Amino acid sequence: MSRIWSAGRLTYLALILTAVLSIFPIYWMFVVASRTSDAMGQVPPPITPGGNLGANIAQLFDNTDAYFLTGLINSAIVATTVTVSVVFFSTLAGFAFAKLRFRGRNALLLVIIATMMVPTQLGIIPLYMLMTKLNWNDRLPAVIVPALVTGFGVFLMRQYAGQAVSTELIEAARMDGCNSARIYWNVVLPALRPAAAVLGLLTFMTTWNDFLWPYAVLNDPENPTVQLSLRALSDGYYQDMSQVFTGTAIATLPLLLVFVVFGRQIIGGIMEGAVKA
Amino acid sequence: MAVQLDARPPVAPAPRTDRSRRGHRLSRFDTKYSPYFYIAPFFLLFGVFGLYPLIYTFWVSLHDWDLLGTSPAFIGLDNYSALMGDPDFWHSVVNTLGIFVISTVPQLLLALWLANLLNRQLRARTGWRMAVLVPNVTSTAAVAIVFGVLFGREFGMINWLLDHVGIDAINWKANRIASWVAISTMVDWRWTGYNALIFLAAMQAIPRDLYESASIDGATRSRQFWSITVPLLKPTIIFAVIISTIGGLQLFTEPRMFHSGTNPIRGGSLRESQTVTMYMFENAFAPNYNFGYGSAVAWLLFALIAVVAAINVLLLRRLGGGGGLKEDA
Repeated sequence: MSRIWSAGRLTYLALILTAVLSIFPIYWMFVVASRTSDAMGQVPPPITPGGNLGANIAQLFDNTDAYFLTGLINSAIVATTVTVSVVFFSTLAGFAFAKLRFRGRNALLLVIIATMMVPTQLGIIPLYMLMTKLNWNDRLPAVIVPALVTGFGVFLMRQYAGQAVSTELIEAARMDGCNSARIYWNVVLPALRPAAAVLGLLTFMTTWNDFLWPYAVLNDPENPTVQLSLRALSDGYYQDMSQVFTGTAIATLPLLLVFVVFGRQIIGGIMEGAVKA
Repeated sequence: MAVQLDARPPVAPAPRTDRSRRGHRLSRFDTKYSPYFYIAPFFLLFGVFGLYPLIYTFWVSLHDWDLLGTSPAFIGLDNYSALMGDPDFWHSVVNTLGIFVISTVPQLLLALWLANLLNRQLRARTGWRMAVLVPNVTSTAAVAIVFGVLFGREFGMINWLLDHVGIDAINWKANRIASWVAISTMVDWRWTGYNALIFLAAMQAIPRDLYESASIDGATRSRQFWSITVPLLKPTIIFAVIISTIGGLQLFTEPRMFHSGTNPIRGGSLRESQTVTMYMFENAFAPNYNFGYGSAVAWLLFALIAVVAAINVLLLRRLGGGGGLKEDA
């Protein structure tokens, strides 16, 4: 029967083609980023890296439309804060839903699952008004605070805690006089570490990429996230495409590094989440 | 659950009685109420920054509400009736649905096909999976800029390639359907591999002896795919369609960053690829700040998402409804 599962030449050919299509736009981004702006008009288009990357980076960081360095720093701050928070609150709530008994547990869990289906993006107008009231417009708390929790995170951690955290261990810790906060810290969190890492990676990448809400609420061009710096570059009156591409490459690089190092875990997380959901 | 002191291991020193009684009460308080503290942050933050804004959007949509919002006038459903007669709004609805159909149908079919390939015995398994997922982890805005250049009219690589097979240069940004195709390509580039992995996960949960008995009965590979794999994947396919509907109908970053120059929020000079979310943004934020009108757009989009998601689920249920294998399995 193994013939059904064997991969022939055609399978590999199709996969190679897919892989090339997947990787080419990213590769080409780095090609243009490493060339002078003449690269845009060349026929045939260049497909090998040039030697102008350093100069492009220097120009990019000097560009007074983009505030690219500020954007990078801001994005790092926002994505890190949100990631730590989402992982903390999700593991805490996931632990409660999976391992603690309390009234209304199942109903509240259903509410959390329902929130995953809610297009919260459609609420950005009142959210903007709320930020105006809090005086957070143009400031980082406006993009950090609404992202501190996600229903997806709570649900994922609840699913994982159900199987990864041993109930006997929790009971034993209780017998030893641990309160539930200490159980969370000493028993649950260590057991959840693999899943929490995946959640952290996915959260970091989503937050780093976030565009619509920062675009709406961070209107001060001197205080952008990196995605807004890209917008400023792309919409600029005068466009040096190799400089714009240097920006896109640098904005993509942290994500690619995370993916190269932790790709296996991220794939595992996505596939496990799919089977359970 | 009450803690029994006698059950403690003997190594633990016996605490004094008053302390233990207090500890007992504390632990009962702990087991009873601490779960609520652990889940409270989610509900508080989601309530304030997620649910409340969404519901309040409806209230705002019933007002003539501008940036200052000092005394917004209640105007009932006027914003909605204005929208009904607003050609730009309907234009954006058609754009959104067009891009949604052009992107989602091939995307899910390709993802199924790709998952089927990945489900075979492959060398360097993780490598292939990473290769198909890598588009999903890139920055959306960055990729939209790159595709905007790839689809450029004069120097874009796509037109250069098309020229080789004798197709004249296409103006991807100024032709309505062409711009939908370009944006759909971008969306599919990002999401096909992701969905393939979701389908792959579900495929691996299908017991292999189903295939073995089918091939003993002489079913070909493709027959097995359509009468075993696809029917058993139906819940996952429905899940993927719903997620794609919710995401696809709110499409914003790709079409927005595909365009540049003057007023890119319009998605081209004649609004060739302005989606509903872009239209909401154009009205609600700088420089117009027409919160009331923008909120009405948001609620109609909400309704559109609900309707399209429901239609999709009904269609899918019906399409695969007579899956003969379910009874056998």
